[in-house]
Amino acid sequence: MSLTIEIVKQKLKSKFAEQVSAFTEPYGMLTFEAPKEINLKVLNFLFDDEELNFRFLTDLQAVHYPDQKGRELVVVYHLHNLKDNLRIRFKVFTDINTPDVYTATGLFSAANWMERETYDFYGVNFVGHPNLKRILNVEEMDYFPMRKEFPLEDQTRIDKDDEMFGRG
Amino acid sequence: MKEHEHIRLPQGSIEKTTTTLNLGPTHPATHGVFQNILELDGERIVSAEQTIGYIHRAFEKLAERRPLYQVTPLTDRLNYCSSPINNMGWHLTCEKLLNIKTPKRVDYLRVIIMELARIADHLICNSIVGVDAGAYTGFLYVMQYRELIYEIWEEVCGSRLTTTIGRIGGFERNFNDIAFQKLEKFLKEYPNVLKEFINLFERNRIFIDRTQNTGGISAERALNYGFTGPNLRATGIDYDVRVHTPYSSYQDFDFKIPVGTTGDNYDRWQVRNEEMWQSLSIIEQAYRKVQEFKGAGADVFHADAPEYYLPEKEDVYTKMEALIYHFKIVMGEINIPVGEVYHSVEAGNGELGFYLISDGGRTPYRLHFRRPCFIYYQAFEELTKGGMMSDAIMTMSSLNLIAGEMDA
Amino acid sequence: MSRPVSYNVNIKPLETDISMADMPEGLKGEGFFATSMDKVVGLARKNSIWPLPFATSCCGIEFMATMGSHYDLARFGSERVGFSPRQCDLLMVMGTIAKKMGPVVKQVYLQMAEPRWVIAVGACACSGGIFDTYSVLQGIDQVVPVDVYVPGCPPRPEAILDGFMRIQDLVGKESLRRRNGEKYRQLLESYGIQ
Repeated sequence: MSLTIEIVKQKLKSKFAEQVSAFTEPYGMLTFEAPKEINLKVLNFLFDDEELNFRFLTDLQAVHYPDQKGRELVVVYHLHNLKDNLRIRFKVFTDINTPDVYTATGLFSAANWMERETYDFYGVNFVGHPNLKRILNVEEMDYFPMRKEFPLEDQTRIDKDDEMFGRG
Repeated sequence: MKEHEHIRLPQGSIEKTTTTLNLGPTHPATHGVFQNILELDGERIVSAEQTIGYIHRAFEKLAERRPLYQVTPLTDRLNYCSSPINNMGWHLTCEKLLNIKTPKRVDYLRVIIMELARIADHLICNSIVGVDAGAYTGFLYVMQYRELIYEIWEEVCGSRLTTTIGRIGGFERNFNDIAFQKLEKFLKEYPNVLKEFINLFERNRIFIDRTQNTGGISAERALNYGFTGPNLRATGIDYDVRVHTPYSSYQDFDFKIPVGTTGDNYDRWQVRNEEMWQSLSIIEQAYRKVQEFKGAGADVFHADAPEYYLPEKEDVYTKMEALIYHFKIVMGEINIPVGEVYHSVEAGNGELGFYLISDGGRTPYRLHFRRPCFIYYQAFEELTKGGMMSDAIMTMSSLNLIAGEMDA
Repeated sequence: MSRPVSYNVNIKPLETDISMADMPEGLKGEGFFATSMDKVVGLARKNSIWPLPFATSCCGIEFMATMGSHYDLARFGSERVGFSPRQCDLLMVMGTIAKKMGPVVKQVYLQMAEPRWVIAVGACACSGGIFDTYSVLQGIDQVVPVDVYVPGCPPRPEAILDGFMRIQDLVGKESLRRRNGEKYRQLLESYGIQ
């Protein structure tokens, strides 16, 4: 019997009871969230269970919502079950002042650089990561550029006139 | 700044028994700019540390500033050897968000363009594997046929390399007769060239010695590292997004997925060759299917979605509704529903995913590209540890690392 | 409905089989030819430039097409493209240069021996291109002096060849004393190069 979204939902609810919440299915992909303290437990459960078998980490990144106080940064995991061809999305919310999330590199080696990229762009501190330093930007950069408060352009450039771009 | 400050040496480099070699950002073997600091014990590699980001262009932050159709030129520059696939993937993501269904003829034309792009990408990768092994001739033979593919793309969209081809819902213009003539010429002449190219290398003693048993990886480790595409299929796992979650009517085509056994450089090279043969067969099937549309059906080249598809210029200059839609789309005042969607396509290197979060505004709230090159380059140390330095060069080129896709 | 495309299918016939470089002005006689030193040196240099392709992104693929047999670069004398700056004359920077890569471009430029020329191929190398972001250097002329700019995204191979021919003009007409002069020294000082 192949895996369906209902089976996944029931298994998660029976194992974690009230801690998993916000089950939605935008465009056919099951999305749910859990508190950041149990993110490794959820990932391990999804990996080890013989029926669920979500052993492929497709993607790991973060989103910044500056208006939701206390839940500004979201770390999003996309997981894929290759045998039954099912994808799910798992979100973990964290505060912007203490953005500590447990690292998934013990489980998926693919998470190594993806977490470095998330740290580089948003400042999410992955606890237990072997080598958490900036990967795409210059090492001396002291801010996290993808957060919504920082501008796209380099403010010290002199050859382009912001007035002409409507941003003056 | 001091003269050598940009070269980062690993810690504890005072008393060492190994040589540090900086395979720096500019190197003839690295096709793109990424850096490898190798620790060598004679010729054997003890460890390798990678540095990337030398061409980080902040695509994801740029995309938050641009309306949906202005993101297409950005997606071109991800894997620039096969830019139509990236463009089509982005348009398919937008169509999923906006619930637009494309007619069959559009799907088949898209398949033709995407498979041509896949052939172009694999041609560059395989011929550069030959160049790195020392054989420059194969590269020159196949670049000629890459020029023919460029001519076909130029006929449809106007540009050769970074194509920005297509619109949300279809194409900007119908394929004309000259495009189909060039396609027929390609289908007639290319198989012989591919056969000649493969003959140069396939049973060549030197090539086999350099590529077999080097840079291998097992299937479990490859899955754990998030490999997709030809690199994963060379280890024996037949995961192909075109078959697992078909998009753009791929389920109507009959093709096989080639897999390898050991995942070493020779298997990757052979898997790419075999994929080129399969792509040729898909293009022939699609071309025959397109020719079955006759009469009014042959004029269909876009979906019927006037709110999202830029109308043709003749209509804009003559009809009122077309003018209004054109104005609204260009100014960005279109209704984008609130939601989040993840869509992936089988690009030349693997599963290229687009994660789009929209909050109803003009531009995406968050757009993330799941780039296959970024993910499998992490495994480079495991692939080359214990091997010789020249094997590291062959591994780098057979993995098809494109720096534009790695750093985005 | 797209408008019909017309193609130029009239092939221009070849005027002569071999094209040769023009002779510089000079005094001709029975068995000798006298001209000025810089004209001869310019003629020799411009037809044998050894470029260093510093290809970072998409423009690099158009350079590979330029080097291929369709738009051959070798017929201009650049048969041998080198990757070592110590042995090359022309630094062809093709593609986006990020701020992380800027010091590397400068290092490669410093390692080249005089006389050296720089050509910026592509919109990103000329001025940052479409990437007006915090991480992209807005043009390589922030770090090295540039001789010829080739715009385009990516420029067609014909445009790259045209830029290359302008470099050939510059090389052929350059005075032998330029590199030791005051103006050149001031130019390099403005980039922080001694």
